[in-house]
Amino acid sequence: MTTDREIGISAHRTAAELDTARRARVLMKGNEAIAEAAVQADCDAYFGYPITPQAELLEWMARRMLELGRVFVQAESELGAINMALGAAATGARVMVSSSSPGISLMAEAMSYMAGSGTPMVLVNIMRAGPGLGSIGPSQSDYFQATKGHGHGDYRVPVLAPASIGEATELMALSFELAEKYRTPVMLVADGILGQAMEPVELRFRTPKRHTFDWALTGAAGRPPRVVKSIDLVPEELEKRNLALQHKYREIARREVRWEGWQLDDAEFAIVAYGTAARVARSAIARAREKGIRVGLFRPITLWPFPERELARLSGSLRGILTVEMSSGQMVEDVRLAVEGRCPVAFHGRMGGLVPTPDEVLGALKALRGRVDRTRSVEHRAHWAPRTRPHGSDQGEPFESDFPAHSNARRGGRR
Amino acid sequence: MTLTSSTQAGAGSADADRRLVYRKPDVLADRSTHYCPGCGHGVVHRLLAEVLTELDLPAHTIAVAPVGCAVFAYDYLNVDFVEAPHGRAPAVASGIRRVRPEAFVLTYQGDGDLAAIGTAEIIHAAARGERITAIFVNNGIYGMTGGQMAPTTLLGQRTTSSPNGRDAALMGFPIRITEMLAQLEGVTYAARGSIGDVPLIGKLKAMIKRACEVQVEGGGFSIVEALSNCPVGWGMTPQQSIDHLRGPVVEAFPLGVIVDRARWADTGPVPGLGCPAPSHPEA
Repeated sequence: MTTDREIGISAHRTAAELDTARRARVLMKGNEAIAEAAVQADCDAYFGYPITPQAELLEWMARRMLELGRVFVQAESELGAINMALGAAATGARVMVSSSSPGISLMAEAMSYMAGSGTPMVLVNIMRAGPGLGSIGPSQSDYFQATKGHGHGDYRVPVLAPASIGEATELMALSFELAEKYRTPVMLVADGILGQAMEPVELRFRTPKRHTFDWALTGAAGRPPRVVKSIDLVPEELEKRNLALQHKYREIARREVRWEGWQLDDAEFAIVAYGTAARVARSAIARAREKGIRVGLFRPITLWPFPERELARLSGSLRGILTVEMSSGQMVEDVRLAVEGRCPVAFHGRMGGLVPTPDEVLGALKALRGRVDRTRSVEHRAHWAPRTRPHGSDQGEPFESDFPAHSNARRGGRR
Repeated sequence: MTLTSSTQAGAGSADADRRLVYRKPDVLADRSTHYCPGCGHGVVHRLLAEVLTELDLPAHTIAVAPVGCAVFAYDYLNVDFVEAPHGRAPAVASGIRRVRPEAFVLTYQGDGDLAAIGTAEIIHAAARGERITAIFVNNGIYGMTGGQMAPTTLLGQRTTSSPNGRDAALMGFPIRITEMLAQLEGVTYAARGSIGDVPLIGKLKAMIKRACEVQVEGGGFSIVEALSNCPVGWGMTPQQSIDHLRGPVVEAFPLGVIVDRARWADTGPVPGLGCPAPSHPEA
């Protein structure tokens, strides 16, 4: 357990000082604050491999974990790191790994095994621009990877997305709690800016309660042997395991949705954004409000489970939604699924390590408002309805078909 | 199935003369295995079970199962087990070792698992001197998937993925990975044995026991390679496969202790790397 001795960067504090230290406001780099939050969350073991832009996280853990007599291993690869984490976590230890996008791709294999075997672990992804080696610039282009599946098989993991370094420190403790409560890997995703930037941080450290696990491998002394595994070659048995997993995911989706609204009470428009993009959106919203555009921010904190019901409810009273991401538009797919055509959904994003500016976002917002204003007539619903292909076009008709519905549909589906 | 046998001093001997000389170790599960007829895995399982019992280790053991024929090892050995992704067992074992300094940690791996897909993991676990023991069953083929060429397949050997025989020009040479590992300072003990005949099985058991003792005594990484047969994968009868094992296989993979730094070092056993006490409560 964390003791006074372990709190803060220096040693020997009283209970009152401990409390102060935990709420201290200090200037800290995101990677370091996230690492220290894990230390304060009583993380037993950290396994990592150097990669920009998360290297400071590994370096911080190297110093702090060894200082506290805990486990730190720099592995031979991200594969090595996450499999060490798998082994340590299977014994019931509180375990963490971190990496950045290309490294997460390598960790995907073990994520699937851990999800399948119900092994808790926290994985931090300080996202950089891809695909491939891409660049070391900040990005949110791993949204699909994080929320729709890194590895193979029917599984999900909770994904938490802080928008500030302070919030990241708070979400680290929550990540460990969720991991242990639901026996699942949990991802905390932050773009490279959150990892690299320094800002005055209100440290919100917390130490999750310890549990005794009836599945942990501790040596079969005085009890039957335990096996932590994902394999089951009997189809009916494997389906049962899968059904249990899906039940767990429904529970997580029901209980663990987190999001933040800002200036939504009178809003006609909303920007949906997370992480650094949400901070840019705030600046854009402040400027838009000066110009009389009533717009608010809907910021998912859990990317999975996505706050779809909350967004659906909100979208009924909105004239339009602008999704802003540091990607080609990944979360926007979940936004559209949640909104189900109740209002138009537009997108603005930058890629390659670039961050949208408040001016760009404001421009995109004005463009959205302009389009909505122009189509406020009775036909606007038709205008925003999903574009449909002519009936039967996918059923083997010749390409040059002059079937009348074809041309009608094209006119209806104005681009 | 009769799991114990007895000797008889002679016709008409009294019960008092009967003594138990051979029995199934309790750590070996009382069930038939999924291994093919004539397969050597059963022998290696048995030896491991005997050694664990003799060293009083089963209650402290956390074992790592591979991907391959031995994936169900946890069904046959009554100890705590975790399943590793293909080839990653040494990394998984390293993680266990670091948070459970008091545990006895072993991996059980085949040649595809250890010498192909898991090469990086085994080399770096060995280089770190992880205080773990690897039981490496080398039968020169991917048995589970239908007999494809492995990194340890002999030159000229026909497999389902080298139908004309392994050709060095196209497919390279067999890897003697235990010799490679033995060069690393983190490796305290490395040896290669065989299940080829009864005396060899006895020697193999001694190697496995020594490797386990090295871990118990606080040494670094230890590995025993057990040359084994795969009658089905090799397209042979069990007897033919044993003859092949004792002939061409041993020529390519010489038997013996490759390194025993604990025994040879002037300064006593090479210590395993630091495994700080975990801060989590005993479960």
